[in-house]
Formats: sequence, C-alpha cells, structure tokens
Amino acid sequence: MNHWVIAPVALPFATALLTMLPLGLRAQRALAIASTLLLALISLRLVGLAGQGAEVYALGAWPPPFGIALVLDPLSAMMVTLTAFCGLAALMHALSGWDERGRDFHPLFQFQLAGLNGAFLTGDLFNLFVFFELMLIASYCLLQHGAGGARRAAGIHYVVLNLVGSTLFLVGVALIYGATGTLNLADLAMKVSSIAPHQEPAVRAAALLLMVVFALKAALLPLYFWLPATYGAAAAPVAAIFVVLSKVGVYAILRVHGLVFGPDAGPLAHAVDAWLMPAALATVAFGGIGALGASTLRELCGYLAIGSSGLVLVSAALGTEAGFLAAQFYLVHSVISVAALFLLADAIAASRGADGDRICRSTAMDNSMLYGILFFVLAIATAGLPPLAGFMGKAMVLVAALRDPAFGWILFIALTGSLLNLLALARAGIQFFWHCAHEPAPEIRESWRRNVSAAAFLAAVTVALAAAAGPIAAYASKSAAQHASAYAYGAELLKKGAEVLR
Amino acid sequence: MEALVASVIGILFAAGVYLVLRARTFPVALGLTFLSYGVNLMLFVAGGMVFDRPPIIGTREAYSDPLPQALVLTAIVIGFGMIAFFLALAVGAKGDLGTDHVDGREGSR
Repeated sequence: MNHWVIAPVALPFATALLTMLPLGLRAQRALAIASTLLLALISLRLVGLAGQGAEVYALGAWPPPFGIALVLDPLSAMMVTLTAFCGLAALMHALSGWDERGRDFHPLFQFQLAGLNGAFLTGDLFNLFVFFELMLIASYCLLQHGAGGARRAAGIHYVVLNLVGSTLFLVGVALIYGATGTLNLADLAMKVSSIAPHQEPAVRAAALLLMVVFALKAALLPLYFWLPATYGAAAAPVAAIFVVLSKVGVYAILRVHGLVFGPDAGPLAHAVDAWLMPAALATVAFGGIGALGASTLRELCGYLAIGSSGLVLVSAALGTEAGFLAAQFYLVHSVISVAALFLLADAIAASRGADGDRICRSTAMDNSMLYGILFFVLAIATAGLPPLAGFMGKAMVLVAALRDPAFGWILFIALTGSLLNLLALARAGIQFFWHCAHEPAPEIRESWRRNVSAAAFLAAVTVALAAAAGPIAAYASKSAAQHASAYAYGAELLKKGAEVLR
Repeated sequence: MEALVASVIGILFAAGVYLVLRARTFPVALGLTFLSYGVNLMLFVAGGMVFDRPPIIGTREAYSDPLPQALVLTAIVIGFGMIAFFLALAVGAKGDLGTDHVDGREGSR
C-alpha cells in the first residue's frame, strides 16, 4: 500500500491538533502555512501517482469491500490538488488579519481541509458521509468566525439545511445497504448492474435522495437560496474555501452518479440524468440572473459559484465520456477563479471605506491600478472569454453536448448565462474602477489593509491553467474513460484492493 | 414487527419534518432530533430485522449483520454532536439578535 494516499487527510488533521496547543498566533501561522505548503507538494506528487493508475488504500488492512478504502484516481487527485492550492491562497489571505478576529481559526481551517480531502479520497459511501460531516462541522464554525448578526442568522439556515441534508444522506445509505449489502463504491458499481427487480425501486429512490443531498451542497436550483447569503456573510478566506466546499457536492454527483449509476448500471443506468439536466440548466440561468441583480461583489461571486456548479453538472448530465472530461476541466478552472474573486472582493471592500464592496458609485481606490488589472483578468476568467481556461472549458462543454437531443437548450442557456455573467462583471468593474468620484480616497485604517498577493497567486494559477490546458485535459480524460466503463473500473479497484493487502 | 418499526420510523419522520418547518429555533432543534432518531432506526434495520442473534460469528449458529450497528453508532454520535452545536448556535443567535426566530428577525404577522 502506498501511504502517501492518506497523507492529505492525516497531515491537516495532525496540524489541526498541533495548532490547538497554546502556542501563540505566530507559531500557529507558521505551522499552518508550512503544513498547507507541504499539502500542496504532496498533492502534486499524488497527481503523478494517480496518472499511472488508480491506487487503493485499505484502512486498517481490511480487504475491500469489507473495510473502508481510500481510492486515489485522477479525479480525486485533481480535487485534492485544487483543495490544497485554494486552501493555501485562502490561508495566505487570512494571515493579513482575518485570523486574529476570532478564536481558533487555524485548527478549524485545517479540519476543513482534512474533511474536504477525505471526501475526495474516500471510496466508501458511508465514509463519504462521515467526511461530509467533518467538513461541515468545520464550516459551521468557520462561518461564525469573527461573528456578527448576519453571520448568526445565515449560520442557522446553513446548519439546519445541512442537518436535514445529512438525514436524507443516511436514508439513502440505509436504502442502498438494505438492497445491495455493500457501501463500497467500486463494489456498488458492480452490484447495481445485476440488481434484483424487486430491489430496483428502493435503489432508484436512494439514488434520487442522494442527488438531492449533493445538489443541496452544490447549490443546484431549487436548493441554492442559502448560498449567496452564507457566502456573502462569511469572512473572505472562509468564503474562498467554501467555493471548494460547494464543489464537493458536484464531485459527489460525478463520483456516485457517474460511477455507480452510470452507463453500466443496467436497469438503473442514468437513473438521475433526466432530473439532473433540467435542474442544472435552470441553475445556470438563475445564476446568471442573480449575478446581474447582485448588490455587492461578494453576492455576485456567490451567484458566479452557483452558475459554474450548474454548468459543470450540465456537462456531467450528458452522461458521455466527453461530458465528464469537460465537467472536470471546467470544475477546476471555475473553483480557482471564483475563489480568487472572493479574495479580491475583500481587498476592494477594505479600500473603499464605508461603501465596502457594494456595487455603486464611490470614492476612488488608492491602489486601483493593481486591483483593476486583477479584476480584469479574473472577470475574463469567470465569464469564460478567450484566452483563459474558462473559455476552453465552456467550449469543451458545448462540443460535448453537440450530439445531445437538448443541444439547443444547452447552447442557448450556457451562452446566455455567460453573457449575463459578463454584463454583471462589467457593471461591477465600471462602478469600481471608472465611475468613481474624483476625490481622494478616504483614510483607510491600516489594520484594514489587505494583501492581494493571495488573489494574485490564484489569478496566476488560472492563467497557468489556460497555458497547460492540453496536458490537464489529457489527464482528466483518464478518469473520464474510467467512468465510461464503471463495471470494469469497479472490478479493477476491488482486485487492486485485494492485491495491496497480499 | 416490520410494520410496527416502519410506522414508528414514519411517525418520527413526520414529526421531525413538521417541527423543522417551525419558525422558532427550539422546535427546529427538536425536529432535527426526531429526524435523527428516525434515520438511526432506519439504518439499524437496514441489514434486515433479526432477533436474538449476536453480531459475532461463531458464538451461535445464526448471527446478525454487524455493519448496520457500526453505522448507526457513528450516525448517533455525529447527529448528537451536530444538534448540540445547533443548540449552542441558537443560544448565541438569541443573545446577539435578541430573537429566537430562525430568520434572525421577527416576521410580520
């Protein structure tokens, strides 16, 4: 067994425990940064490892499907890397003052990373639930960081919604276990294809229930109303890592519904695609409309995150190999660019005095040149204009959809959604950088100054994604191919699981 | 027996859903508790209803599936912790916002 596979979970967990010791803020910061940097390096190593074939890690040396297995394949390696890099940027941003505003920011942040990585690496449905809960409890606490009235109210909605979601998750798990007797995803992928006819309705109900749960996390229409309020109320570094959090739902749909209820699932093949496609298309449309109506830049970013989840799921709902490839590519790009925009929104809000990040005419910012360039790059990236990777991602989605019967709708809604996003971003940019009053910027308290290096780092990563689009797409196509033959992939994983223990 | 357990689960869920939809945080917390009881029972019987059989191989001829018991233990612990957190949050919100309405402000009547 290759023990690197569990490092992305174990390392943040150990760091979280260490940073809980009374060390003082400086030592906490040093530990957290060092650990997250190490996590980024490990994740790059895992990307290389997964490129040579899927790795199975049997926890406690219990042979799969009986024990809990972690599975490292190209998709999970990519998501772990994404988490590490976004986490690194959010942490860098937090060091400019956010982590002093409440207690225990660093342990909670590391628990958050551990939960995210666990959810991406696990190969077991119940274990996915456990890591969901670990990630959620950390996010409940992080949302309250630097508390305020808006955060309390948003927190209650967020917690209740997710607790109800967890309940539905467990109902789905119970139904699937009752019908198939396994919760290992690879084993499920094989057993679902030969399900007894009288068990089929129960498993179908479970598949749909799980889709509701994941759609709630991914903020799919009509389950997205919590997202703009929650993300708008959260502290900026927390909002940036929450962008990854909402994509866990997207990932879970790709993983569970792509692998278990994919084309090989016999009577249950594409069990949810018929529901997923309209919901995802509507999400793209409403994400665009919401972005246009947003009154603050952070709210706008929240709607951009919703729209991007929608487009990724449109692509996944196509149910084809090309669709999966495009979904993964656009997923990676959209997370990075929206997270960067959240960090930049915080810097803009800090330098506009009382107006904050409200999209209105206000005083000029004293560093508007730097902010303007960053905003321009990130707006191009998120709206999906050439030459950045957002354009390539959207083009890949549309090319993948060419043969789909709903192609007309997909083309219309994806392009209109992009246009609405572009208009919203252009409107915000004009108000922030051009249409400002010609009086000197108000005196900004020094403690409020933000460092934009984290946002600039993520913007550079977006540009790098565009430059390296070919290799990344080639890498993503490996896991897309696995989804196309889920039965063979499940069998391969179980065989590997038995081999590693020998 | 199956019918009895199934109806108990159904009643727990119905009560839970009703209470979660209330506007005050305390009924919502009770509702979440009912929902988690319901789902725990459901997980517990997911492996099939068997009686008087230990979940250990070799002690007797027949044994019951040990996995749902492990799952339900985990689910109980997580559910309990989450509801405790929700109660703490609700008390904090009452202190900060001066109301126990779930929206953080009194709705118009």
